[in-house]
Amino acid sequence: MSRGAGSRKDVASKDGAKFPSTLRFVLCGGVDDGKSTLIGRILYECRQVFADQVRAVEEDSRRYGTQGDAPDLALLLDGLRDERRQGITIDVAYRSFETARRRFIVADAPGHEQYTRNMATGTSTADLAVVMADARKGILPQTGRHTRIAAMFGVHHFVLAVNKMDLVQWDRDAFESIDAAYRTMAKEIGVSRVVSAPVSALTGDNLRRRSPHTPWYAGPTLLEHLETVEVGRPAVQRPFRMPVQYVNRPDPDFRGYCGRIATGEVVTGDRVRIEPAGTVAEVESILARRAARDGAARGDSVTLTLRPEVDVIRGDVIAAAGDPLEAADQLRARVLWMGDEPMAAGRSYRMRLHTHEVDAWVTRIRHRVDVSDGSELAAERLELNDLGVVNLATRRPVPFAPFAQSRALGGFILIDRLTNATVGAGTIMFSLMRAANLKWRDFSVTRDKRAEMKRQRARCLWLTGLSASGKSTLADLLERRLASEGRHTYLLDGDNVRHGLNRDLGFTETDRVENIRRVSEVARLMVDAGLVVIVSFISPFQSERDFARGLFKPGDFMEIFVDAPIEVCARRDPKGLYAKARRGEIRNFTGVDSAYERPERPDLRLDTEKLSPEECVDLVMRALGSGHG
Amino acid sequence: MGTSRLNHHWSAALKSEAMSIIREGVAAAARPVMLYSIGKDSSVLLHLAREAFWPAPLPMPLLHVDTTWKFREMIAFRDRVAAEADIEMVVHTNRQGVDDGVTPFTHGSAHYTEVMKTVALRQALDAGRYDMIFVGARRDEEKSRAKERVFSLRDAAHQWDPRAQRPELWDLYNARLNPGESLRVSPLSNWSETDIWRYIAQEEIPIVPLYYAAARPVVERRGQLIMVDDERMPLELGETPAQRHVRFRTLGCYPLTAAVESDADSLEAVIAETLAADHSEREGRLIDHDGEASMELKKRDGYF
Repeated sequence: MSRGAGSRKDVASKDGAKFPSTLRFVLCGGVDDGKSTLIGRILYECRQVFADQVRAVEEDSRRYGTQGDAPDLALLLDGLRDERRQGITIDVAYRSFETARRRFIVADAPGHEQYTRNMATGTSTADLAVVMADARKGILPQTGRHTRIAAMFGVHHFVLAVNKMDLVQWDRDAFESIDAAYRTMAKEIGVSRVVSAPVSALTGDNLRRRSPHTPWYAGPTLLEHLETVEVGRPAVQRPFRMPVQYVNRPDPDFRGYCGRIATGEVVTGDRVRIEPAGTVAEVESILARRAARDGAARGDSVTLTLRPEVDVIRGDVIAAAGDPLEAADQLRARVLWMGDEPMAAGRSYRMRLHTHEVDAWVTRIRHRVDVSDGSELAAERLELNDLGVVNLATRRPVPFAPFAQSRALGGFILIDRLTNATVGAGTIMFSLMRAANLKWRDFSVTRDKRAEMKRQRARCLWLTGLSASGKSTLADLLERRLASEGRHTYLLDGDNVRHGLNRDLGFTETDRVENIRRVSEVARLMVDAGLVVIVSFISPFQSERDFARGLFKPGDFMEIFVDAPIEVCARRDPKGLYAKARRGEIRNFTGVDSAYERPERPDLRLDTEKLSPEECVDLVMRALGSGHG
Repeated sequence: MGTSRLNHHWSAALKSEAMSIIREGVAAAARPVMLYSIGKDSSVLLHLAREAFWPAPLPMPLLHVDTTWKFREMIAFRDRVAAEADIEMVVHTNRQGVDDGVTPFTHGSAHYTEVMKTVALRQALDAGRYDMIFVGARRDEEKSRAKERVFSLRDAAHQWDPRAQRPELWDLYNARLNPGESLRVSPLSNWSETDIWRYIAQEEIPIVPLYYAAARPVVERRGQLIMVDDERMPLELGETPAQRHVRFRTLGCYPLTAAVESDADSLEAVIAETLAADHSEREGRLIDHDGEASMELKKRDGYF
């Protein structure tokens, strides 16, 4: 094995016991731009590859290598078996290496278009992006895609590595025209800090070693630049904010608030405000196991105690009292969609923003962004790997900062409520003023007061089930029974509501979600008015039924599953809809060409195949029980 | 705010990141546990976890999978840790494997590892119904680990599917689980071997003395130095244990863990030697060499 240019010894000579500064960067490029080769070469040149690893690569190269007899350094990175077989990187890999000046963590992000989400993942923790271009091909649509995504996920510093310069005979004009084209594009995206370098990953020219072939290039080698570039934002440039991760309560006498400081710094005695509650307290101490400290700053994981004791829970943000944090429930955000199922307006998701978790849904997709050229396109939904700008609503106001001010307080993910998969990643742009100015007002005549006057408990009975499962029949019978007992009721029927309130909505998934949203809100107002509300709606998706449930107090919402097998419903088919759907005359018909998600945990299940309508209503009345009166 | 009011910017980012990951995991967990291998990474992880929850005691037990073939010095060290006031140490051995007489000498390293480590770990995790399992894994250890998430999802059979990993953005970890699923959480993901040693030096963290060079009885077998830790080790024809100055870069079952010749008998010397090393630490782990992509296969099966 030949030795690389550097020596690990010069790292050792530099006070090895001290932690050096770390630069995290992401490497972006297309499939054949040579990303893995570049990193493999840098590791090799920095003597960060061990002899046994090189031996393993030499062995692997004979089987999978693309470089003839020479060791294929890309194999140092392509870790997973499948990708070694295919010769491509399919996921983000993180590698550390160290030189005398700095420690590096590099995320190797894949170049495939369909793997945008991995690229976003790798980028989200990077301070700098190295974007690769092939000297023979110049700037490609994917170059714009990578730069745009990296900028969206918070990277400010870019390096353009024009690779394979050996294949264009180190042509200065080729390099300079690619450099100029990239700068023009970067400027459009809003990226100003760009350094370009002509390199060859295969030969190592201008990576660590200055190339003899580019006397015309005066800039730094790639590694020189990475070793010296200043990316750190000063710790104190922003006011103090710390999302609370964990409330430490080993015994009744101690209450510590654990978290990682997102921005600013804190010293004991500082006055802080707990968001979103708005209570104010003073920092009593900043704990560490060996000794209490008098201060801490951005990036530090700490435990704070406050004086006086106030209520703080996970998801709150402890912020400088003089510079409070914004909270809002209506937000404008960029979203990158990563789920296999498309994102539709109205669907509810779990939103995770710093340590705060809340139900959220998109109220409007403003537009989709073509990440190759930045153009804005109309869109009804966001598909996998789509990037869009949306209006977002959250069930409660969430404390946040715009992403441009703080990655830690403005970046969020969306989680599917059924599968728990991470399906979206987004960045908050700003709050929609609407929410900040419109406050829910509590009036003196309350819901309970109104219900009490009617001598009843107000609730929402939500009947879900396939078309022709018996919902309307049961709803009608149930309302008659309740009325006969002197209850004040109202029946919201799917078909009837579509004649009026929801006349403007069709049957696409997006429209159906909006349909449900409006009905849920109306039902809530009616429960607030003290009524027993019966909703008879197919409502095929659990997430929407959960959304409806979330609008009510626990116990005020009863999900009743009107259950009959689809064959039975199709046989009943009073409106002839199943027959039409099967002939293709109706599209998006639940149970035929559109899914019905059976309730996972309904409050009540009525088997209308086995039970008579009267028996079903008896069951509902029994379930309403004493709480009913 | 203008300039900093602090005299010093304390702590390495790595330490704060690890503490934050540990707190996230515990905040989301129903039954957290920390896998304790007795090695240097475990020592660092334990130290960081104590730091994260201080002044409260550690909010989870430690779990050690005992293959019965660990170095004696490791077990003595483990028992000292277990005796400390804030520690609940759960030790599990695959009794069936012991009864079947499975040893590294009789059954080969692949089968032995499967029975005494992988299966044993699954047994222990099932018995404890743990949902959040903290491990001391680092991405720089081995190629397939470089791609693993900090919060890595396992199905009910503890299997890892590299194609079904959740995207992990910023420091937002999705720790939500469906019934039966669990997460392997690696707070030391971004640490390097050198970082571990620097931190041990900085914080004066106790480690098993086998990491320091000393005269130890070893035999040379197929190019590797194997320590004769007890009388169970069958000597091959012509082998005589000789006292040589050796230390271990990684610790495991003594028949499967090769020593390196070294004079590094202090932390400073070990750090200098690590920085100057020509070979990766895992080279001393004989099970990694069972076959191409062997670690990834073991992981898919639930080996950590």
